[in-house]
Amino acid sequence: MMKSSRNRKRKLDATILRTATNYLLPLLLMFSLFVLLRGHYLSGGGFVGGLIASIAFVLHSFAYNTKRTLRLFSIPPLMLIPIGLVISFVSSFLPVLLGESFLTGVWFADSVAVIGSVGTALFFDIGVYLVVIGVVLTILFTISETVQ
Amino acid sequence: MLTLIFLTFVLAFAILLLKDFVQTKFVALISLLPFSIFVYFLIYLTKIKDGVTSLVYTSDWVPSLGISLDFKFDGLSVLFGLLISGIGTLVYLYAISYLRGHPLLHRFLCYLTLFMGAMLGVVTSDNLITLFVFWELTSISSFFLIGFNNEEEESRKSAMWAFSITGFGGFFLLSFAIIVGSITGTYSISELLSQSDLLKESPYYILLISFLFIAAFTKSAQFPFHFWLPGAMKAPTPVSAYLHSATMVKAGVFLIARFTPILGGEVYWNNTLLLVGGATMVFGAFHSVFRKDMKGILAYSTISALGVLMFLLGIGTKTAMYAVAVFIVAHALYKATFFLVTGIVDHALHSRDISTIRGLRHQFPILSIVVMVAALSCAGIPFTFGFIGKELIYETGLLLTNQVYAYVLTGALLFTNVFLTASGFLIGIKPFFGSFDKLKRIYHRPDLYLLVPTIVLSLLTIVFGVFPLFIYNELILSTFSALYGAVVELPLKIWHGINTSLLLSGCSIVLGTVVYVIFSKWNNSLAVMDRFNQLSPKVIISFFVEKFRQFAYRYTFMFHSSYLRSYLAVIIVFFIGLVGYKLFSDVPLRVNTTGLSAFRVYELVVFLIAVIAVIFAINTSSRLSAIAATGVVGYCICLIFVFYGAPDLGMTQFAIDTLTTVLFVLVLFKLPPFLRFSDRKLQIRDAIISISFGTLIAIITLQALVSPADKDISRFYADNAYVLAKGKNVVNVILVDFRGFDTLIETIVLSIAAMGVFSMLKYKDDEELEK
Amino acid sequence: MELLLVFLVGILYSAGIYLILRRSMVKLLLGFMMLGNGANILIFLMGELSKGKAPIIDGEESQFTDVYADPVPQALILTAIVISFGLTAFAIILLKKVHATTGTDDLDSLNVQDLDI
Repeated sequence: MMKSSRNRKRKLDATILRTATNYLLPLLLMFSLFVLLRGHYLSGGGFVGGLIASIAFVLHSFAYNTKRTLRLFSIPPLMLIPIGLVISFVSSFLPVLLGESFLTGVWFADSVAVIGSVGTALFFDIGVYLVVIGVVLTILFTISETVQ
Repeated sequence: MLTLIFLTFVLAFAILLLKDFVQTKFVALISLLPFSIFVYFLIYLTKIKDGVTSLVYTSDWVPSLGISLDFKFDGLSVLFGLLISGIGTLVYLYAISYLRGHPLLHRFLCYLTLFMGAMLGVVTSDNLITLFVFWELTSISSFFLIGFNNEEEESRKSAMWAFSITGFGGFFLLSFAIIVGSITGTYSISELLSQSDLLKESPYYILLISFLFIAAFTKSAQFPFHFWLPGAMKAPTPVSAYLHSATMVKAGVFLIARFTPILGGEVYWNNTLLLVGGATMVFGAFHSVFRKDMKGILAYSTISALGVLMFLLGIGTKTAMYAVAVFIVAHALYKATFFLVTGIVDHALHSRDISTIRGLRHQFPILSIVVMVAALSCAGIPFTFGFIGKELIYETGLLLTNQVYAYVLTGALLFTNVFLTASGFLIGIKPFFGSFDKLKRIYHRPDLYLLVPTIVLSLLTIVFGVFPLFIYNELILSTFSALYGAVVELPLKIWHGINTSLLLSGCSIVLGTVVYVIFSKWNNSLAVMDRFNQLSPKVIISFFVEKFRQFAYRYTFMFHSSYLRSYLAVIIVFFIGLVGYKLFSDVPLRVNTTGLSAFRVYELVVFLIAVIAVIFAINTSSRLSAIAATGVVGYCICLIFVFYGAPDLGMTQFAIDTLTTVLFVLVLFKLPPFLRFSDRKLQIRDAIISISFGTLIAIITLQALVSPADKDISRFYADNAYVLAKGKNVVNVILVDFRGFDTLIETIVLSIAAMGVFSMLKYKDDEELEK
Repeated sequence: MELLLVFLVGILYSAGIYLILRRSMVKLLLGFMMLGNGANILIFLMGELSKGKAPIIDGEESQFTDVYADPVPQALILTAIVISFGLTAFAIILLKKVHATTGTDDLDSLNVQDLDI
């Protein structure tokens, strides 16, 4: 009797969490992108953005399970690390092609709303964002896989 | 000279590649190398004929440190150069036959050549640091030569002893060089000659000469460092002949001789040399006659001869310097002969025990004549070069103005010579006379390669003894002038007329013969000496080495207890002591709260929550609660960041804190609660340590807070964030633009951590799959 | 407020040191995190607290017109926080691995003396 009520409660909890997550995941991801993009003008940036996005996925994996969350990715999160590193690196190297030294900031002439000037720094930040997501998810998902 | 030494080294290593060649009979060609060097030095001998000029060749090595590859040719270096290359030539010839068929002959020749190059470097260097480098190279190459028979434990041990003792001295030579360099500003020995007064008046003079003495005494096997030399007799005989009688051990004498014009003439200088040299020569000579092993006798008589040289340098008069120059040559000639003959005997009979070997005269007539000449030269019989040396030595003693000195020193010299004469007879006469024991088997008869070097050496002994002017004009005179610093003619004579020194010479021969007769009959003499072994420096030093090893063991055991927490505790306590001391002794502590802001209630609440969480984390017995409490601390800090204008930090801290806690829980929620490991006492101790550490950090923070800080960097970033980087969030601009490179590397570090975790866990899975 | 934070630094350091002197590996890690937090606050304090003014340039301006919080310590701390996450994560996994191998989180079970090697 006790046991069944506890099970029911757990199921109920899971349902609430899952329903919430279904809405929260896209919201949080959008929020993380927002934080990432406005980072140059207001508080935010690649690190924070990446962390928020990771938390969104972690929440999802809590509500369902890791396998289900991994299905949301078309590539394993581990691959995000090299992709992010490459983006950061390429954006650092871009100025070299334009005759400037490594990591010099280069911008497009026109500003964009929210983001401000679009330049190498933004792409660099995007790279950081991806690396952070990759790192956090790799660590957490590898663990929860082995724990289960 | 640089090219020559360089070529020698190159050739040394080239020999290693000629493994098969050295086993052919053409290997004798290798002795052309020392021979051509010998000729080269002979040419220089004519160039420095008058004895005053010295030629210096300079090439830079490390000019910024004043280290250059300078080489100087004066009487002293040419004398040694000739000895090294001349005896070297003979030893090469000898060694080729002595070690014929030995599978590692190429290695042996390589070491020998290396040694020769290094030794030539020592005697010609005109730069202290270069001198030191070559000095160490001789130690290293002699290590390999002594330990050549490396399958024998004794050999290895002896090599180790020789190397540690001479290496110990080398360290002092380097210290000496550096001190001299810092006093005078130059490492050039030629330039030091003019700075002699500066060095002598320096407050470090005593220190300087003690360092120099330690270097020279260890190398030249002076008491109490002498014991490595008898041990070094484990080396193949050509090595003993070359390194341990004629050349390397004389490097110490060379060093003292080289610095006599610069540092000599002071009371401490002379008395130390007199004392140590005197003790060594008496000790060595006395010991030598008790030995039964031919090489043992030679080892101790060599120690004694080196003592004589040091002693003469200590007397430091004009005659003494002449005696040094002559005795170096005389000793090298007869002692090398002794060694080479000993090698032949050893080779022939596989024994070196003089108590059993008799009557070799019948088997090896030529050899017995050769060794007889050497023994006579050693004893100082007229018409040998040894006679001239011995006369000069006695004259040195007798010419001293102070009567007491003259008697004491001459007495010591007489004593030494008596026993040296006896030991020379023990080697040169005892094994060759009497009837040959028919039961003894002759394994090898000496071939020409073995015989010729000994014959050459003996011939020279006689030639120089009969016609001393032959060698006097160039060699002895220029050596003397290099030693004494001025040219004073003192022709060498074979016959001085009947005077006190001749009387003393005769005396030493007669008494020496008496001692010889006594000891040649006494077969058990070695046992007497063994009784004193307990007091020998070797035993004493071994004792200290062993004690030091035990100490090191205990020390390691104490500090490397293998408990992480005790390592940490030691580090932290040390840190507290060091920083605390500095803080309270040097920094004026002030508490100035005027510039600080007051806190509001909600800030106090956050603070209190953090403190409570910390205390809870320490005290709880459940892992999960401890982790949760740590998380709470993180959130409180996050709030503090938000309060004080750091929204970026607040967000990041929040996210990281959440993720860390999740991670912790994921991994650890299955673990049992904490075990109570520590007892109460330990907890209190750790609490004291940690609280004092925390207090210290808090005080430092407070001090830093009230000290004015330099805000230039912050201002630069703040002012230029928009102008240069088109960003308005300065923190983010710093991260992705101003210090973008750091961030790039940070992401790489994170990636490495992730890959570490990934591989660690996946690896485990694979392992489990295999199970 | 600075005084409170100085106290907090002291307490965090004390607690961190106390925890890393324990035998349990979990406590070691927790202590490590506390030391990190303490260090962060210490760096934060060095940049002079300024209430509520983030180092963000206002709207249309191109330079600061008002007082602002020091951005350099913030950038340092941000880096420190993220790096320490990487480190902590790695250490936690290491701990898990050790626990899986030895069955305890007692540090003494890992003893290998230098003299044993």
